[in-house]
Amino acid sequence: MEVAYLIETVIKVVVVLLIFSALAGIGTYFERKILAFMQRRLGPMNVGPYGLLQVAADGVKLFTKEDIIPTNVVAPIFKIAPVITAATAFMAAAAIPFLPQFEIFGYTVHPIIADINVGILYILGIMGVGLYGPLLGGMASANKFSLLSAARGAAVFISYEVVTGLSILAPIMMVGSLSLIDFNEYQIENGWIIFNLYGVGFVAFILFWIAAFAETGRTPFHLIANDHEIIDGFGTEYSGMRWGLFFIGEYANMFFISFVIPLLFLGGYGDGSFMGAMALLGKVAFFFFFFLWTRAAWPDVRPDQLMWLCWKVLMPIAVINIVIAGIVMM
Amino acid sequence: MKTEAFNDRDVSDSYYLVDIEDYPTDGWGKFKRVIKRTFRGELFVGLWVVMREMIKFDIHTVSYPQEKMPIGPRYRAVHEMKRLWESDAERCIGCGLCEKICISNCIQIDTKIDENSRKEVSEYSINLGRCIFCGYCAEVCPELAITHGGRYENASDQREHFVMYEDMLTPLDKMKAGAQLEFEGFGAITPHEDERVKKTPLAY
Repeated sequence: MEVAYLIETVIKVVVVLLIFSALAGIGTYFERKILAFMQRRLGPMNVGPYGLLQVAADGVKLFTKEDIIPTNVVAPIFKIAPVITAATAFMAAAAIPFLPQFEIFGYTVHPIIADINVGILYILGIMGVGLYGPLLGGMASANKFSLLSAARGAAVFISYEVVTGLSILAPIMMVGSLSLIDFNEYQIENGWIIFNLYGVGFVAFILFWIAAFAETGRTPFHLIANDHEIIDGFGTEYSGMRWGLFFIGEYANMFFISFVIPLLFLGGYGDGSFMGAMALLGKVAFFFFFFLWTRAAWPDVRPDQLMWLCWKVLMPIAVINIVIAGIVMM
Repeated sequence: MKTEAFNDRDVSDSYYLVDIEDYPTDGWGKFKRVIKRTFRGELFVGLWVVMREMIKFDIHTVSYPQEKMPIGPRYRAVHEMKRLWESDAERCIGCGLCEKICISNCIQIDTKIDENSRKEVSEYSINLGRCIFCGYCAEVCPELAITHGGRYENASDQREHFVMYEDMLTPLDKMKAGAQLEFEGFGAITPHEDERVKKTPLAY
């Protein structure tokens, strides 16, 4: 373990943490603005030019708000739950190559914190752990709505995991590796995975995309914290920065999954040129925008509908997809 | 504005029954419905609708403190006391009809005989905490003295703050500038009153 490598890693961790914490804040601004435009409103306009400083105002508010631990809650679990959501979201980012490698002052930088050989498995596993935040927070809150939300969280948990796991099996069979860098190398040679293997890649892409909505808890599957049914679900009893950590975790998760989808299926950063990097950022922007777009357009499903969808529809399709992939590759 | 379109209650030609399919009972029917709904692309219709609205950018927001919606002349907000156009004197004759008709008992009026042996209003106040802005006082007023105005932004640390007579009365400088606005709501003179009024025959 060289000192230079250690320093480089620490710097990369800090940069990723800072950039994505800030992006999570700016993500809320984009969400408000885009939702507003789609609903013929203006969105935040008063704080700063075009409401740009609204993010800062919200941040100040969250940081200075009193941190209330209500009576009857299970205090240690109640306190740790938001940290789980936020921390696991950022831990998952360790195996994501955000950009192709580039040179700065003659020093080659790999914009990935740890290129471990089980990359995608690690990312999905850690993102799955992130759902323990809502689950534990909801159960510890001593609030019926939070408890309902925790139960729904468990339902989501057992539903989408099977789809994410099975849907990426076919691409993993094609690539023969779990590292996202290897995924990228494979797609340089063989083209984007969604166009590979007579539509198998495309089906896998659609399944993974649907599961990503359940994983991040976005609108068609926003049932964990459905405002119009169960107030804010697991977040009902939270205030101040603890609630803010849930928020940061959710938005960081959205950004990271928006990175993972193009890296897995849409050619990633391509050949590593500048244009490739820009293309990756463009794809990320599209997937993030799509999260907001669906929130404006689509209704929510019930928990039983989500389980029905995942277990009775998507899982059989995923299994058939794997079988077809195996037959084609044989 | 033409009102014929609004008065036409015959809706028989524009109403139609929505064609609702029977609920599928067997598994095959449910399966067919799922397939039909999946590939009909309704989700993309929703996506297109919101995207179209975003591109059109037809924003309906009224940024309220800077912009305000126009309100009609018949709007019933905080009361005003008018002055006579001819003499700038107060119109109120102290008859007390408004106090009598007020259904929430929020008007308090007190009168006295002044040195010229004329009835004069000595006390007049409206408790806005009780007022329901029904407009009866403006309707009943024989002199068109008490009317409703257009000031609907009332911020105070107490809702029950009285509206004093001096606050409601049209200020003299505004009166001199001819800026007093007549109320057009219930009880007010309709626009063609001059043509419709009949002279009293002196022979009676």
